[in-house]
Amino acid sequence: MQSAYLDHAATTPMLPEAIEAMTAHLGRVGNASSLHAAGRRTRQVVEESRESIADALGARPSEVVFTSGGTEADNLAIKGLYWARRAAGATRILISAVEHHAALDPAHWLGDRQGATVELLDVDESGRVHPQTLREAVERDPDSVALVSVMWANNEVGTVQPVRVLAAIARDHGIPFHTDAVQAIGQLPVDFADSGADALTLSGHKVGGPMGVGALLLARGVDPVPVLHGGGQERDVRSGTLDAPSVAGLAVAVQTAVARQAETAARLSGLRDELIRRVRQAVPDVILNGDPENRLPGNAHFSFPGCEGDALLMLLDAKGVECSTGSACSAGVAQPSHVLLAMGADGVRARGSLRFSLGHTSTEADVDRVADVIGLVVERARRAGLS
Amino acid sequence: MSGGVDSAVAAARIAEAGHDVTGVHLALSANPQSYRTGARGCCTIEDSRDARRAADVIGIPFYVWDMAERFHRDVVEDFVSEYAAGRTPNPCLRCNEKIKFEAVLDRALALGFDAVATGHHARIADGVLSRSPDAGKDQSYVLGVLTREQLKHAIFPLGDSTKAEVREEAARRGLMVADKPDSHDICFIADGDTRGFLADRLGAAEGPIVDESGEVVGSHEGAYGFTVGQRKGLRIDRPAPDGRPRYVLSIEPVSNTVTVGPRSSLEVTSIVASRPVWNGPVDAPVEPLSCTVQLRAHGEVYGCRARLSGEEVHITLDAPAAGVAAGQAAVLYLGDTVIGSATIASAS
Repeated sequence: MQSAYLDHAATTPMLPEAIEAMTAHLGRVGNASSLHAAGRRTRQVVEESRESIADALGARPSEVVFTSGGTEADNLAIKGLYWARRAAGATRILISAVEHHAALDPAHWLGDRQGATVELLDVDESGRVHPQTLREAVERDPDSVALVSVMWANNEVGTVQPVRVLAAIARDHGIPFHTDAVQAIGQLPVDFADSGADALTLSGHKVGGPMGVGALLLARGVDPVPVLHGGGQERDVRSGTLDAPSVAGLAVAVQTAVARQAETAARLSGLRDELIRRVRQAVPDVILNGDPENRLPGNAHFSFPGCEGDALLMLLDAKGVECSTGSACSAGVAQPSHVLLAMGADGVRARGSLRFSLGHTSTEADVDRVADVIGLVVERARRAGLS
Repeated sequence: MSGGVDSAVAAARIAEAGHDVTGVHLALSANPQSYRTGARGCCTIEDSRDARRAADVIGIPFYVWDMAERFHRDVVEDFVSEYAAGRTPNPCLRCNEKIKFEAVLDRALALGFDAVATGHHARIADGVLSRSPDAGKDQSYVLGVLTREQLKHAIFPLGDSTKAEVREEAARRGLMVADKPDSHDICFIADGDTRGFLADRLGAAEGPIVDESGEVVGSHEGAYGFTVGQRKGLRIDRPAPDGRPRYVLSIEPVSNTVTVGPRSSLEVTSIVASRPVWNGPVDAPVEPLSCTVQLRAHGEVYGCRARLSGEEVHITLDAPAAGVAAGQAAVLYLGDTVIGSATIASAS
């Protein structure tokens, strides 16, 4: 049975171009920090990759700091900027309530252990942070704000945030602004310089690159305290021998995904709208979560009243449809999504939710597969109820 | 799939037999760390990972079902309130009755599955339950409370195997749980201290320990901490006149009184049990039926005559039994076959 893979927001297949670029380097020796010929050769790969990513995302090459992925980049931005600013008495962290755990958890850890005051920025029912919300939070005491972190687009419900406006508010007060753009790159136009952000997280495997590599774009003059100490390979803010093959794969993936962004977005939003239409047809009382217009082109996120998300997921998996409840797990037990709760959904609606996320390999056949089975699956899950 | 060896092999066997199998691990605590860790296989993150790894090796989907609320209500709270009422519950039996073959089974049936398979050591054929060939591991007693309807949807793939065979098979199949220790004790009492667990929930309640004549011979900090037949931990200062050990004969929750006496007074031949379940190949015995009865997990088996009278089962033992505690199940057998069960209400 050919399955319909609709979980591209979790990870998307590597682009053939990225596989080629990465594998070309796997057999070659050389540490990018070494001074001899082999080292120089590897450094060449890394620096060309850096330039390529900078070029694709409106950044300067020196602003690209390679990391082991999105989680590390978020940790470096949030912990590092907090530590850098704490000395001057700036201890408030303003962060949206709908961030990924890779951003929220470091903030809460700083709150629990490092003297930070974490203030969650409320969102509206579509999951959007209103500029006024941030403005009010900042203006209560601008000097005490260590950093602001608001994601470019939400990984669960797909809502796109007004990052440019939010970054400008932070900038007016000289506060560093971080945005997790892991889901946005390749789906939306992303230009680091134009966004006004001081730090931007990206991840390899969400854009068709390899797992285990990502980057933090860091504006010049923004210097977080390192999380990883060692050789200081990356601008002295990140240590560790660079994974040159993965970096090469990442660069090609970013370059390719960005070059095709407009075309991808048009195609995916068409498929996505058809998916939404047909799910609504099969399940008339389904609720579409997130902003109906201003959302990631590949994202469709639903609540199915009277169903347990886990039951839906299991039944769909058995029918060859691979999607996600989009919520965090502890010991494998699904917790109601903090994103949906922040959007004002009750626990029952939050538990009965599913995310379908499309990507570069998605086809009409995938949508057909969902449309064929969703009615029956929802009916069964309703019978099993909310245990 | 608990994360232990039995359920892993059970899953492997039915998958190999061609069934469309999905592995399910039950999350029984909202806070996994609060339950027993390591050896005991039902509640920890480590156990959940072991179960998932086994499912992956077998090649079946795997999900965690959150049964924490149901488990707390139907097993843990029931356990506490039974002790508070002076009875001695068996939580494993309760878990089979209310969780594995009620909450899980109901959900599974609604989702389109046909049956629940577990790693219990018991045989089932045409919905009739009987003992495992491994007498030391036999779990037919803790399944004896299941109704015919529940048993109809139960599969015990280990029914014909000994534990040693199961371990060997697990190793052969490359299941890493092959040599994981057996589970013991009560999974939701992390440190194994049942009396402490009950004291935390029921509070200290000092009361008298009396002998059969009613004379006060000591005191206790809560009658719920005792079980009929118990000898250790009575902390009576005065020895019995005849110098013989004394046992708990009865627990009276209303007056918070524990009565003790010699072993001879513990012996009973007549048992009244309530909540009868007839799940075997014979009808409910309106006339006395000669059969055998087991009165506690891994306990002795007694010849008896059993008769249903209204909603009660009257059991007359062929030979006296000692330490028969209210709250335990009396499971009736014909040979190795379970025919029914009821909850012990009183014995004399």
